[in-house]
Amino acid sequence: MRLGKEESETTPYPGKAGSPLDLDKKTLIDLYTTMLMIRRFEERVAHEVYSGKVPGFVHSYIGQEAIATGVCKHLKIEDRIVSHHRGHGHCIAKGADMKRMMAEIYGKKTGYCKGKGGSMHIADFSIGMLGADGIVGAGLPIATGAAFAAQLEKKGTVAAVFFGDGACNEGEFHEALNLASIWKLPLLFVCENNGYGVNTAAEYAMGAKDITRMPEAYHIANKSIYGNDVELVYESAGAAISMLRKGEGPYFLECKTYRWHKHFLSEGLEDLRPREELETWKKNCPVAAFQKKLLDQKILAPAEAEAIDQKILAQVEQAHDFALSSPYPQPQDALDDVYSI
Amino acid sequence: MREITYEQASKEAIQEEFRRNPRTVHMSTDLAADLQQEFGADRIRVTPIAENSFVGASIGLAGSGFRTVSNIRMATFGFVALDQMMNHAAKITYMFGGQAKFPILYRMTVGAGYSGAAEHSISPYSMYMNVPGLKILLPTTPYDVKGLLKTALRDNNPVVSFEPFLLGNMKGPVPEEEYFIPFGKASIRREGTDVTVIAFGRMVYEALGAAEDLAKEGMSLEVIDPRTLVPLDKEAIINSVKKTGRLVVIDEACQTCGAAAEIIALVASDGEAFKRMKLAPARVTGLDIPIPFSPPMEKFAIPDKGKLIEAVRKVMR
Repeated sequence: MRLGKEESETTPYPGKAGSPLDLDKKTLIDLYTTMLMIRRFEERVAHEVYSGKVPGFVHSYIGQEAIATGVCKHLKIEDRIVSHHRGHGHCIAKGADMKRMMAEIYGKKTGYCKGKGGSMHIADFSIGMLGADGIVGAGLPIATGAAFAAQLEKKGTVAAVFFGDGACNEGEFHEALNLASIWKLPLLFVCENNGYGVNTAAEYAMGAKDITRMPEAYHIANKSIYGNDVELVYESAGAAISMLRKGEGPYFLECKTYRWHKHFLSEGLEDLRPREELETWKKNCPVAAFQKKLLDQKILAPAEAEAIDQKILAQVEQAHDFALSSPYPQPQDALDDVYSI
Repeated sequence: MREITYEQASKEAIQEEFRRNPRTVHMSTDLAADLQQEFGADRIRVTPIAENSFVGASIGLAGSGFRTVSNIRMATFGFVALDQMMNHAAKITYMFGGQAKFPILYRMTVGAGYSGAAEHSISPYSMYMNVPGLKILLPTTPYDVKGLLKTALRDNNPVVSFEPFLLGNMKGPVPEEEYFIPFGKASIRREGTDVTVIAFGRMVYEALGAAEDLAKEGMSLEVIDPRTLVPLDKEAIINSVKKTGRLVVIDEACQTCGAAAEIIALVASDGEAFKRMKLAPARVTGLDIPIPFSPPMEKFAIPDKGKLIEAVRKVMR
């Protein structure tokens, strides 16, 4: 069930908060750094969107950082991912260049897609990031193809697809689960259940109620976890991905989380979600919770944490400078790339 | 020269290219038995009847460096997978700034004339022509289908091949030697001087029949088969109209916003061709109704030789 107000008052931090840290220091710091990088990048993007400088629709990943981070940390460059409209976090976690991301968000020629895609369509095929996709659920069949490719290549590579609870009501979701199941594809389904499709609650829109009943019906191994705990995501995704690498796929991981911003960043768009629900989830911030744990358990000294943050902020600043100082495409550049040569 | 069927010719194209390139995958809802026997069940996959899944999978495979063929069977089933074809396959080369290639071949049958009724008969290519990013084939002979599919299987873009259902068993000469037919090159099926007839798909044969009949009355029809709709051989069409000064387009698809309308607009907006036109152009198309089941009604709904002859007589007045 969704973590609501009443529950949160009686339930302590429901992840691995109390458990000892059993990962090595480098991994822990890596996870923390990536999460913070996504957070700082997204904060800057949101700031610029609300300043009116960014064209189009931008869907913020703030609040869900632990998921992209915990999953992608297990992926190699040869492993492929497919993302969704809220895709900045997956790009960063897979190793994309923030400069070219920011430039794309601004519609500049130096962006990943030369300004043809924007925030919703960032891709970097050179690192196995097969693109963010603006149609809910549509990335799932595409990801079955990426996993099929991995299966044919027989090199132990895998594919992962990120999607929300909203996608689970699309036909393409069910078709993809079915295909992955009958072909035993090395595909990790990562459902980022943030409880809402735009403003429509999953509790209303989803007949199955419990998402994992759906992969269960397709005979796909699955697990539902609290998605704001990066350690838990990392551990669960790690176990799943090693199964996939051995040919024991597919796997379905539901990560319960919450987005802090509206569906997309806009003054005009209404946010119909209960205010207190948002406040509860903000208290369970994936970045702050993990930082606290690292500090409490002396993995990270306050000065180190500050240094990491400063370094990231400088990188975000550089990315922003790069985007602003980059030229716009020429209008007639719109005619290029309709077809490949 | 040996004669083989349209269907055999298309299979040969796939076999030749799959032998040459191991990074190729075929997906279809029905078992392609000979292909699976030769290339194995890994590469020749039978899919569930879930068009969005395998049409979408072809995109992920292509983005991962494979070349794919998806046989959707009928164009009406293709509608089930329009999200993947139109929102994704057609756009992602562009949307991602050309950073990846998507070599995909989608095949499906088109046309009417076999009492398949509305959900198994349709010719929707003009809808696809309206979606930039796809290349569109409409092969009409065994020779052409092989040569065009061979070219498609070396092209780095999503290609949609619309294959007239009723031509599947048609036999025709196909050389043993390898050959390719370039996209965007129309075939002048019959040369003539009085009227240009642009004919799509199976209507090529109706047009050739009409040309034969009208020749007896001293009328000379030039029959052009565009063969590929995207890219379209505009030059061949315009040059022919400049020569004849008369234009009739015959297409089995519905009239509104159809390919026939596009051809007429193309000619009408070419200053030189327009100036040389002696009478207004005409189009002979399917009626703007779903394809009915019962043979007399179906015959009424789609064009044929007789309807074309009537239209030609009108532009010859």
